[in-house]
Amino acid sequence: MITLTHYLVLSAILFSIALVGILRRKNLLMLFFATEIALNAINIAFAAISKYYGDLTGQMFAFFVIAIAASEVAVGLGLLIIWYKRRGTIDLDSLQTMHG
Amino acid sequence: MFEVIAFYLFAALTIVMFVITVMSKNALYAMSSLAAGMIFISAFFFLLDADFLGVVQIIVYSGAVMALYAFAMMFMDTTKDVKEKNPPKKIVFFLSGMIALLLVIILLTPIISDKVKALYPMSDEIGNTEAVGIVLFTKYLVPFEVAAIMLLVAMIAGIILASKRMDESITLKIDQEIEEKGVE
Repeated sequence: MITLTHYLVLSAILFSIALVGILRRKNLLMLFFATEIALNAINIAFAAISKYYGDLTGQMFAFFVIAIAASEVAVGLGLLIIWYKRRGTIDLDSLQTMHG
Repeated sequence: MFEVIAFYLFAALTIVMFVITVMSKNALYAMSSLAAGMIFISAFFFLLDADFLGVVQIIVYSGAVMALYAFAMMFMDTTKDVKEKNPPKKIVFFLSGMIALLLVIILLTPIISDKVKALYPMSDEIGNTEAVGIVLFTKYLVPFEVAAIMLLVAMIAGIILASKRMDESITLKIDQEIEEKGVE
């Protein structure tokens, strides 16, 4: 029988995959992908808690998380394109202009 | 029984797809596996009786967000790998492992403190989509409208940011020319 614990552990595993991606990659596009994974992992946890406590609030929060993810992608990719036009690279280290 | 098989199958598939996304050197492979992972995640929503959420997941993520990424990648030279200077590996693995452990503990606390009361209980009389609609347009009406305005702002911001000097080719010019244009 699948319990809430299964879903929460799966969500934690997916979130830590995303976390490894955010810490490890230097490609800005990959950082966006890892952020999407993190948001999806949280959505699974919300939906699972919503099911096992018989409460719709979790699903509502999952909808708002999806809306936030969509707007984050729209603005973030616009900024990324501007940055690529200016510098010709999407390396994270190119953002570092002050060499301290 | 069917639920158990489906859960483990989709869990394995999702984890494999997202590991490919995180570890792949090629941005195109990463994007394709991310799209596949999003579809597999919607399977969990169907398993959890959140039908409407599953449909929204497929439409918004696999449809809209992935199309947006695909269009954005046309602006960049994605066949060229970004040279990645990886930091010392030990500290990264230690930090991410510790944070992951912390997350597991945080997520498992609701099971230990088993005292959550349902504010908006699910009922068997009406379907999931109707129930979502009723709660969304009564209790969560104001956040819903705020989210609509936020999406509008994000859409305008995306159009303005991406369409600046769209008529000029950015691949055929060297950076200096674009920089000079940008100053004026």
